[in-house]
Amino acid sequence: MIEFKNISKHYQLKGQTIRALDQINLEIPAGSIFGIIGYSGAGKSTLIRLINLLERPNEGQVIINQKDFTALDARSLRQERANIGMIFQHFNLLQTKTVAANIEMPLKLLGVSKVEREKRLNELLEFIDLKHKKDAFPDELSGGQKQRVGIARALANHPKILLCDEATSALDPQTTKSVLALLKKINQEQNITIVMVTHEMDVIETVCDYVAVMEQGKVIETGSTLEIFSQPQHPTTKNFIQTVLQQQLPVNILKNLENQNHNSIYCLQFLGKSAQETVVQAVIKKFDISLNILFANMTEINGTVIGQMFIQLLGNPEIIQQAIEFLEQNGVKVEHSGDQV
Amino acid sequence: MRDLIVQWLTELTAPFWQSSLSIDQFVTALQETFHMVFFAMLFGGIWGFIQGIVLLVTRPEGILPNRAVYHILNPIVNALRSLPFIILLIAVIPLTKFLVGTSIGTWAAIVPLTIYIGPYMGRLIETSLLEVNEGIVESAQAMGATPLQIIFKFILPESRSSLILNLTTATISLIGATAMAGAVGAGGIGDLAISYGYQRFDTSVVILTVIVLLLLVQIVQTVGEWLAKLR
Repeated sequence: MIEFKNISKHYQLKGQTIRALDQINLEIPAGSIFGIIGYSGAGKSTLIRLINLLERPNEGQVIINQKDFTALDARSLRQERANIGMIFQHFNLLQTKTVAANIEMPLKLLGVSKVEREKRLNELLEFIDLKHKKDAFPDELSGGQKQRVGIARALANHPKILLCDEATSALDPQTTKSVLALLKKINQEQNITIVMVTHEMDVIETVCDYVAVMEQGKVIETGSTLEIFSQPQHPTTKNFIQTVLQQQLPVNILKNLENQNHNSIYCLQFLGKSAQETVVQAVIKKFDISLNILFANMTEINGTVIGQMFIQLLGNPEIIQQAIEFLEQNGVKVEHSGDQV
Repeated sequence: MRDLIVQWLTELTAPFWQSSLSIDQFVTALQETFHMVFFAMLFGGIWGFIQGIVLLVTRPEGILPNRAVYHILNPIVNALRSLPFIILLIAVIPLTKFLVGTSIGTWAAIVPLTIYIGPYMGRLIETSLLEVNEGIVESAQAMGATPLQIIFKFILPESRSSLILNLTTATISLIGATAMAGAVGAGGIGDLAISYGYQRFDTSVVILTVIVLLLLVQIVQTVGEWLAKLR
């Protein structure tokens, strides 16, 4: 488990104190994939660098498996760092060394014998599926391949923790997907705790078990990914969720609405079981109203489906009221969105 | 070996070479130039690498920041770099006498040449090392590399190409400086140009010197660029 206790970091810039991190308290459960999301300048990259102390806090402690990292001397810190893998947005591979030499680097630093290095190298090349690129140089690889090499290098010394600093931000969506799948596989097969910093909510949605949302050096919201997605509290969190799960009715749909009675628009929120059952169909059968589906989107987070549907209900107001109650009884959250649109 | 080459060159150039300067003297001068360039590069290179690395790591954002070392060394380097070579040549005569025993000759010239090229190479090396992406250093630190490992296994190999190009530039500057060293009796082909070409009005010697220097610089530059591309 990784714990941040009362972490603060500030520095002086042109006579002003900049608070990069402000009173951070956070726990990252062992074996999980933990996402840290925030806009640029929120302090998330500084936060992830506290785990291997590439950045030092001015106040507070970083405790990993009951060990206070902030109290370690330079030598012990280096030993601990060797057990924490890290990958970067711009890969940071040695341009003058081959794929093989890059992957072997952490082992070479530790003085691992050539035979054992070779053995581990082959395992890793197999794992990242780049055996044929063993003797290639980084500039001969695609972005996704470079990140795979970065991942192999980070895993070389069998770390317990893998830090990912915007690891997919320089990759196209297709490559991002495959790199995320690889990270998920590492987490599941080798039980490695993964901490990832990102500004893309779909990265969180795809792989993270937990998420912390950061703004101006503070953690403004944290919880399981499902909790955050289904009940976001902070406006910034809502903005992030908006990027993958549209929470407002697209303007064009409103414009094209034949019946301009906006007051009849409702937003249904489905979560888990309610999303799988045929509640909407049941409503139409059961009540004598016309139901017009305007817009819907669904997503799956860790096996749970969450989604939203905008509908227009026309008919007798009393029956509409009954229909809404029916929906709510079936676990659907109903919001009258007529006013906000 | 040397005699054979001199003999061959003398025979080869006999039809058109008419000067009080013998080919034998010319070959000696060329050897003196190589001698000066080689040893000044060697000592200056050692100086330059130490200076460049120390300034790189002790700078405020370096891997081993040290205000005292950086703020003392930096102005010293600037002071040495601000002296024109011809003045340095005379100014360090006492030191040269102390180190070499004499202030005249090829070995004596190597002292000021080293003091001239050392700080210069140091700056060039520092610039090359600074070009290495900060991310490389960060990834090295994240692997648990020691400061020495960071320098020798990450920064130096990554800046190899830029280092070679900068060392090429330094070598060419040094070849120019050895010509001036002729002024204190260091010998070398620069000395020939002055004592035979200028002082004895022997234009053919000046032309020969210019051609040889031109070729030398071309060769050094070409070899440097070729080495920089290798990996």
